[in-house]
Amino acid sequence: MLAVGTKAPDFSLSATPDQKIQLSQLKGKKVILAFYPADWSPVCSDEMALYNEMLKLFHKRNAELLGISVDSKWCHFAFGQDRKLHFPLLADFEPKGAVTKLYDVYDEVEGESKRALYVIDEEGIIQWNYLSPVGMNPGADGILDALDNMNKK
Amino acid sequence: MSKLKKAVTDMDHIQGNADAPIELVEYGDYQCPYCGHAYPILKNIQKKLGNNLKFVFRNFPLSEIHPNALNSAVSSEAAGLQHKFWQMHDHLFKHQNRLDDPSLVKYATQLHLNVEQFENDFEKPELVEKVNDDFESGVRSGVNGTPSFFINGEKYNGDWEEEPFIEHLENLL
Repeated sequence: MLAVGTKAPDFSLSATPDQKIQLSQLKGKKVILAFYPADWSPVCSDEMALYNEMLKLFHKRNAELLGISVDSKWCHFAFGQDRKLHFPLLADFEPKGAVTKLYDVYDEVEGESKRALYVIDEEGIIQWNYLSPVGMNPGADGILDALDNMNKK
Repeated sequence: MSKLKKAVTDMDHIQGNADAPIELVEYGDYQCPYCGHAYPILKNIQKKLGNNLKFVFRNFPLSEIHPNALNSAVSSEAAGLQHKFWQMHDHLFKHQNRLDDPSLVKYATQLHLNVEQFENDFEKPELVEKVNDDFESGVRSGVNGTPSFFINGEKYNGDWEEEPFIEHLENLL
């Protein structure tokens, strides 16, 4: 994983079929990047469902959540609608996994993103990272602790 | 190993012996089928362990995927104000397939609550806040889905089907 203190590499990915999100546009906000293997798989869905409920707590801390996997924008669109997700899912689809690789969390064997979290501060610097075992939902306690520690600084 | 970040206090809903050697905390969602599956298991565990168990339930409604979960949780708290939290808790799990608002009011009637009071309390922001506090304490403690269990303050990631769960708990005695 990229080390804490590193500048988060900028990227631009599709968030909806007709809209892109560029990381550097979110400067001034904290950003949570949640890389995950695949839409629809049981653990991811639980993880994303949990984060969906957490948005209020993230927003209270001036943080935006972005989910990222190698699924296409149309797959994300259907998944987000089905699960009523209220945060963007970014499609790291073409070239496949390019952003995931930039963040050093690509699983070459499965051809998917690993289950990994980055918390980036208002200046675009990585302040926290976590790589979770693939079958485990990492929860959100680590993210909240990281956000609160940043506020103390 | 995740730990329970918010200790059990008088504010919690507690069943069983307050000084029991085993404290079991569940974070649950009344509309979650897995919690519904866990419900009779927990009843049997309580019977089996008797005085050795203190059982605590905290609300963890995933309200986006379970549209009735939050209101169900709030209604349990509203019943709690009339000292019938556990009766409502049982009723909700036994009627998991019908948790819409009119049903919640019907259950309040069936439990002989003061329904007017119940409906008033239901609207109180404090109750939603209490549920949200439970939720946040759960997230803080590493709850990543429901049901999640903490045994004497430590998250339990093992099997919670009846036999292995009872065996695990009895081994702690």
